[in-house]
Amino acid sequence: MNKNLISLDKLPVGCLGKVKKLIANGITRRRMLDLGLIDDTTVESLRKSPAGDPIAYEIRGAVIALRSEEASKILVESIQQ
Amino acid sequence: MGLTKQSTGTGALKEMFEVQLESPDDKVIALAGNPNTGKSTVFNSLTGLNQHTGNWPGKTVTNAQGRYVHQNQKYILVDLPGTYSLLANSVEEEVARDFICFGNPHATVVVTDATCLERNLNLVLQITEITNKVVVCVNLMDEAKRKKIKIDLEKLSKLLGVPVVGTTARNGKGLKELKDMVEKVACGEVNPTPTKISYDEVLEKAIEEVDPHIHKLVGHQINSKWVSLRLIDGDTTLLDSINSFLKYNLSEDNMLHMKLEDAGTKLKAENIMLADLRDIIVSSIVKTAENISKEVVSIENEAYNQLDRKIDSVLTSRLFGIPIMVSLLGLVFWLTIAGANVPSAMLADGLFWIEGHLTSFFSWLGTPVWIHDILVLGIYRTLAWVVSVMLPPMAIFFPLFTLLEDLGYLPRVAFNLDYYFKKACAHGKQALTMCMGFGCNAAGIIACRIIDSPRERLIATITNNFVPCNGRFPTLIALASIFIAASAGAFSSFAATLAVLATIILGVIITLFISKLLSKTILKGLPSSFTLELPPYRKPQVGRIIVRSVFDRTLFVLGRAVVIAAPAGLVIWVMANITIGDASILTLCAQFLDPFSRLLGLDGYIMMAFILGLPANEIVIPILIMSYMSKGSMLELDSLAEMRQLFIDNGWTWLTAVCTMLFSLNHWPCGTTLWTIRKETQSWKWTGVSFLVPTITGIVVCFIVAQGVKLLGLI
Repeated sequence: MNKNLISLDKLPVGCLGKVKKLIANGITRRRMLDLGLIDDTTVESLRKSPAGDPIAYEIRGAVIALRSEEASKILVESIQQ
Repeated sequence: MGLTKQSTGTGALKEMFEVQLESPDDKVIALAGNPNTGKSTVFNSLTGLNQHTGNWPGKTVTNAQGRYVHQNQKYILVDLPGTYSLLANSVEEEVARDFICFGNPHATVVVTDATCLERNLNLVLQITEITNKVVVCVNLMDEAKRKKIKIDLEKLSKLLGVPVVGTTARNGKGLKELKDMVEKVACGEVNPTPTKISYDEVLEKAIEEVDPHIHKLVGHQINSKWVSLRLIDGDTTLLDSINSFLKYNLSEDNMLHMKLEDAGTKLKAENIMLADLRDIIVSSIVKTAENISKEVVSIENEAYNQLDRKIDSVLTSRLFGIPIMVSLLGLVFWLTIAGANVPSAMLADGLFWIEGHLTSFFSWLGTPVWIHDILVLGIYRTLAWVVSVMLPPMAIFFPLFTLLEDLGYLPRVAFNLDYYFKKACAHGKQALTMCMGFGCNAAGIIACRIIDSPRERLIATITNNFVPCNGRFPTLIALASIFIAASAGAFSSFAATLAVLATIILGVIITLFISKLLSKTILKGLPSSFTLELPPYRKPQVGRIIVRSVFDRTLFVLGRAVVIAAPAGLVIWVMANITIGDASILTLCAQFLDPFSRLLGLDGYIMMAFILGLPANEIVIPILIMSYMSKGSMLELDSLAEMRQLFIDNGWTWLTAVCTMLFSLNHWPCGTTLWTIRKETQSWKWTGVSFLVPTITGIVVCFIVAQGVKLLGLI
């Protein structure tokens, strides 16, 4: 496994990541897929909510907030800008 | 209903979906689309006031239908639930899929958001897999133009293989073209040939394995290739739907089972596990959408959404997010309280002037005094009170609230507060249902449908009553104004606002606490997954907001209150005027309740007012005033000072006012809300829980406050 992978909730705000693996199953996984989170999708971490969780991400032109429980199940490769 | 032509064949489908056909020649059009695409604006613009809302048969999903006439042809527009996908991940998706699949609409219009086309194309592609008769409506073209996003509609149409129409539904632009195109597709003048998604070769082979058999069975009714794929993917909900809508029994078709197993084995041989199938299917759709979007969308200004980002960085900022939210809420209440004073007084003057004339009219007619008293002092005065106290605040509050809704601020509230709801093991969207509760708790409870998890939906339903609705605001505002604000002099409306705001914040804290308590006791469980879209901010349309909030909300709520207040006024007048011994029934009841009520810092009359106010919270204060008046009918409310004097004469202190406000926040839901809870949960048990939880909370909170204050000797 590529050791450069981090979970999405660890992606610093303002950084881009490329989706590499979903470690969720069942309905959660299907929801993620419906958001367009397939392999190699670019995701940007936009901002944290006042309490730090959930975090808003830009996914395929839409702004989606994910709780850390879900974001931690999405593994991304951080893209250097 | 007997076995008519309507109840067989396609007629049966219409009946199963409860489509309101006026004649067999009516064309049925389905309206699909993602949430937040302006789908309801398209629906409203096309159908105007010819709408009918209900539920999908057997589902707690709203079913809105409307009609319009175009070129002498009648159309019935069926508004499907807004979904991102049709892969049956939720009841909404199932309902939308079933209607497109089995409802045989003459055409399906898919509304998409021009500023976020790629994401919307997902659903378009899933729909064109099921049916050919599709028209894509690219809405919000004005927003796209403002953000300098260009969309090549012609090319999009070519790539999708279906007609595409660009619209700006809120000012009616493009709607005529849309209706023309729908007509052409519905009549068969235009026959779209959608580009099909090409799947992985292995998957296509697996589909071929199953398709011929399915084609034999249902091919003449629905797209067999699509059905094959869905069944290989293990979608049992589709199998159930085919069985119930098309009257097959595919579950017991051994041949089908064999074919599906064969397909599974073939896939496995190629190293594709069934569990990965969904990934492959969705990836194909998403990639197709991505490619189409790349071809047709050109973004001139890459920083097109910077403004939205900047607004978000203020409204959801770590430091200011929550203070801004509370201030905005406070501002709305302050505008409501300060703005409603003058029109309320004017309305009261006007209505009581009419009362004087009614009285002269009755004496001119020579009717017996008791008839005059019941009709004028009982019913009319209660109505006059309800109208003059409720109408002005609602006419200010609802438009302001709709404005926040239209701007796109409410999802940000959910974003700000989600952490606390997660801590309470509840759903982040509960914040949205609470916001709706400010308008009306029954509306808030219907809004709980947006929460998928049944456990979290129940929590949101049971706790919705902790948000004071519009019917309770007048009580809170009146008490805050006469007991808390009266001492604040020039800042009175400011002090009243703060008191009301504090009550609401307390309501939110109680909501979180009770949610947590429920999660740890009778509704055990962990929070479910949470994804929340933060849609782009939109320029609100002030005119539409006023019309919509006045007609849909203000007049609706007021109408209901009036219908309930009139008979309640009668009952209360009778109770206050019929005496047993030397006390009226009302007094006897109040005396019975008095010892218990005193423990809670209230008195028997206040408790009686809350009990008699079960039909509608709006009438609690009027009942109370009527009870206190020895003559047994409401006083003419010339001024708040007079009301304050009346209350003080009946032994009120600031503690009584605080406890009454607290009990107003925490007591049983009104009749309409209870009835809505029963309908939504389909259970008397949960209706009972929804009654008891806030009631017990209210008793506990009031007891602690009243006894605490007395123990500390603060009064």
